[in-house]
Amino acid sequence: MECVFGMVGKRFALVVADTSAVNSILVHKSNEDKIMVLDSHKLMGASGEAGDRAQFTEYVQKNVALYHFRNGIPLTTKAAANFMRGELATALRKNPYMVNIVLAGYEKETGPSLYFIDYIATLHKVEKAAFGYGSYFSLAMMDRHYHPDMTVEEAIKLAEQCIEEIRSRLVVAPQNFVIKIVDKDGAREHSWRRTTKD
Amino acid sequence: MVAADSRASMGGYISSQSVKKIIEINPYMLGTMAGGAADCQFWHRNLGIKCRLHELANKRRISVTGASKLLANILYSYRGMGLSVGTMIAGWDEKGPGLYYVDSEGGRLKGTKFSVGSGSPYAYGVLDSGYHYDMTIDEAAELARRSIYHATFRDGASGGVASVYHVGPTGWTKLSGDDVGELHYSYYPVEPAIVEQEMTEAVVA
Repeated sequence: MECVFGMVGKRFALVVADTSAVNSILVHKSNEDKIMVLDSHKLMGASGEAGDRAQFTEYVQKNVALYHFRNGIPLTTKAAANFMRGELATALRKNPYMVNIVLAGYEKETGPSLYFIDYIATLHKVEKAAFGYGSYFSLAMMDRHYHPDMTVEEAIKLAEQCIEEIRSRLVVAPQNFVIKIVDKDGAREHSWRRTTKD
Repeated sequence: MVAADSRASMGGYISSQSVKKIIEINPYMLGTMAGGAADCQFWHRNLGIKCRLHELANKRRISVTGASKLLANILYSYRGMGLSVGTMIAGWDEKGPGLYYVDSEGGRLKGTKFSVGSGSPYAYGVLDSGYHYDMTIDEAAELARRSIYHATFRDGASGGVASVYHVGPTGWTKLSGDDVGELHYSYYPVEPAIVEQEMTEAVVA
């Protein structure tokens, strides 16, 4: 089952996702990147149905880029989150997108922020968020050990603890995880936690 | 390297043992058929048309990335309407070899090896154990053939002929097409039986 989680630290935000692409009992790939770099300072970790995930995240990415081209300034994280929520809400009663998203961003003025966006267009600004079966384990771990203004090292350590908990307790735990970070220097891949070398 | 079996079944009835499941989209791109035969054949043909139109409009061949994305977007737009397509688009473009898995759920995955269909778990096992990135063409062809054979051995919906195609810089070529029944006896030959021993009286102690 797909696991995505994220947290806000001191002047950065972190998003962690598993990297498995699964079809019923088959693991097609264990290095599928599900955290899209939306623009220079935004990360979007998505989990959900195969086609919807890729199509919706790419649709959002292109619209965010279009806004930037048209207006000369990038969207704020809050604006991007609300745009996504609006699209999900409009599609909900006709042809819903089955995608859950953790959006992380950094602005100079407001610092790091994290948004929880559900497939039924719930939107919450949060300090920590998680989706999937892994959320049962990572949310509790984060609730216990998280505190505001963590350093990168502390946050990575907490992310590792969540990953270890998922690995040991979830019956069909994903093999590999990717960690991405966004701070004043931009959105980038931080590291991987692998058990297989696909 | 692309390989497929050739069995079509309708429930428990084998409707054909000679279906062409490797579809030739154009001279340098192949598609595989799994799921609904009509859906796969129609949409691959449609993809071939779109690829040709791209060539005419842009004066260059379409990339495998582009072709697979065209197909994935079409299938995504028919999501939920009952199309059944599980296909791999394999081809050669400016960036070298490309392999994508595309299905009727709208999923599209780039990868270095895939197995699709009802026999795919069996094929994956053989494929994973024998695969390494720098295999020779002959090794890869034999691995592909073996993977199809093992899937047909265990899966009732797979059988017929194992076709193996090679995709290279100059396009695709068909390497072999072997009946899996014959492959079975070439991999596992039957030992000639020893003549049965004659029955003799049991010695009474």
